[in-house]
Amino acid sequence: MRLLLAAFGLLAMAGPPAMAQALAVEEVAPGVFVHQGVHEEFTAANEGAIANLAFVVGQDAVAVIDSGGSLRQGRRLREAVEAHTGLPVRWVIATHAHPDHLFGHAAFAGDGVRFAGHQRLPREVASKGPLYLDNMTRLLGAASAGTELVAPDVTVPVGAPLEIDLGGRVLRLQAWPTAHTAADLTALDLESGTLFAGDLLFMERLPVVDGSLTGWLDVMAELAALPAERVVPGHGPAQAAWPEALAPQRAYLKALRDSVREAIEQGMPLGRAAEEIPLPAGQSWLLGDENHPRNVIASYTELEWE
Amino acid sequence: MLPRRRLITAAPVLVAAMAGLAGAARAADPWPDIKEALFGHRPIADGGAVIALDAPERALDAAVVPMTIRALLPQTEARWIKTVHLVIDENPAPLAAVFHLSPASGSATIETRVRVNSYTHVHAVAETSDGRLHGVSRFVKAAGGCSAPALKDADEAMARLGRMKLRTHTPFTPGEAMTAQLLISHPNYTGLQIDQLSRNWIPPDYVRSILVRYGEREILKVEADISLSEDPSITFSFVPEAEGRLSVAVEDSSERHFEEAWPIGPGS
Ligand SMILES: [Zn+2]
Repeated sequence: MRLLLAAFGLLAMAGPPAMAQALAVEEVAPGVFVHQGVHEEFTAANEGAIANLAFVVGQDAVAVIDSGGSLRQGRRLREAVEAHTGLPVRWVIATHAHPDHLFGHAAFAGDGVRFAGHQRLPREVASKGPLYLDNMTRLLGAASAGTELVAPDVTVPVGAPLEIDLGGRVLRLQAWPTAHTAADLTALDLESGTLFAGDLLFMERLPVVDGSLTGWLDVMAELAALPAERVVPGHGPAQAAWPEALAPQRAYLKALRDSVREAIEQGMPLGRAAEEIPLPAGQSWLLGDENHPRNVIASYTELEWE
Repeated sequence: MLPRRRLITAAPVLVAAMAGLAGAARAADPWPDIKEALFGHRPIADGGAVIALDAPERALDAAVVPMTIRALLPQTEARWIKTVHLVIDENPAPLAAVFHLSPASGSATIETRVRVNSYTHVHAVAETSDGRLHGVSRFVKAAGGCSAPALKDADEAMARLGRMKLRTHTPFTPGEAMTAQLLISHPNYTGLQIDQLSRNWIPPDYVRSILVRYGEREILKVEADISLSEDPSITFSFVPEAEGRLSVAVEDSSERHFEEAWPIGPGS
């Protein structure tokens, strides 16, 4: 299947943008569509399509929440939007600065389109984006052609949610203190009770700590109180029950925190901690072998300042 | 000092050009030139009996690669390790740090964390008190450590700039060697990180020297460069003959000074 998709991808690159093969999406609630990313690292074959992407259709306009890992994937998401509604995309929301979530942004650029994100997203894109772009070009090759950095023009400060109206349908954008990254933002569709958590929630695939481990645990406690019925995680199934879906990630992050704190207490040096602290017993995660030791390093260099 | 300067960042742009080169395979082995710049034509013996260098074969995070230079002989007045040069051959500024040790440090073992920019040999060269040089090396697979925007949260990093933390790993026993880890909060900007919106290089701003004293006695002096990871961490030994104070003075490339001291005694 992936080979087939890759072949379509090549055709799409040769032809005009409108030829792009629409991404597969499922409607998890009326007017709420989700494309489920694959649990893989970035490869040319998956075109960077590893994160969950979504769009919400109001009476007047559409909001896209995360746009994918490449311009090509953004175009395919736009095809999917156009296959389900004739309404225009007016909002493109980035849940954070990681390349699998906002490298499709340029596919939606045009008059009347606003790009929204965390107040700190412009800085994140500025300081880390070029490196992400280099990496993606190296990993995806031709599949990353045309991908460019798009900084948000509407930013949301922590503590001051922004409500955007799609016509009879309001999305509440909320910015969070440093957690998965320094610029995490969630979107809550008040009509369907669907929370778009971005990478504040990983399911099935091992969470990646790129902000603050303790900050993330704190933010999760606040997230759990949000009035949602279902969540669309940044990675994992297209939807899951809220807030039960938080449990496995909470268990992992707590175990990570406790084991790293213990290693620091015992004077175990960073290198040994990264090699020796195992994935928590009884938890099963995809792509844990490489990412867990990296999480140990990130957590260690954070927690040693406590 | 002159040879050292030749290996160190002159201007960010120049360094950036070198970083570009570092990505592509640089054909020639840079070590002979580095060696000559640092040590002239002095012979460097196989140092396997004097020091060992512990480094991961493949770095998990190129911006934070732990390295330990393990001393295989004790520091005694008769013979001790005077200095250790840590060189990351393929880095834009290859000389990561020079550690100046004292016969009173108990052990010359040093542990730190460095950035590694591409697949590279890493050399540690120890000079013993008899003036001889002893070298060991390891090959490390890592990429992008110097240009990586490693700061997870720039606001927080700047808020605690210059803060220090000392962690002792062994109990205090007068006359016995103690191991301590010194952490210095500093972004250690390499000058290789670019701000894409302003199109400006973030200028280098890094910890340049660290002086550790126990009472009046100098334990360790570190001349450091941009290859040390952000929030530099140095683990070292010292021998407290009695209760006292361990003090640290840090200077960075922007001429900032930071000082801190900790009591050492039965409670530490
Ligand atoms: Zn992410």
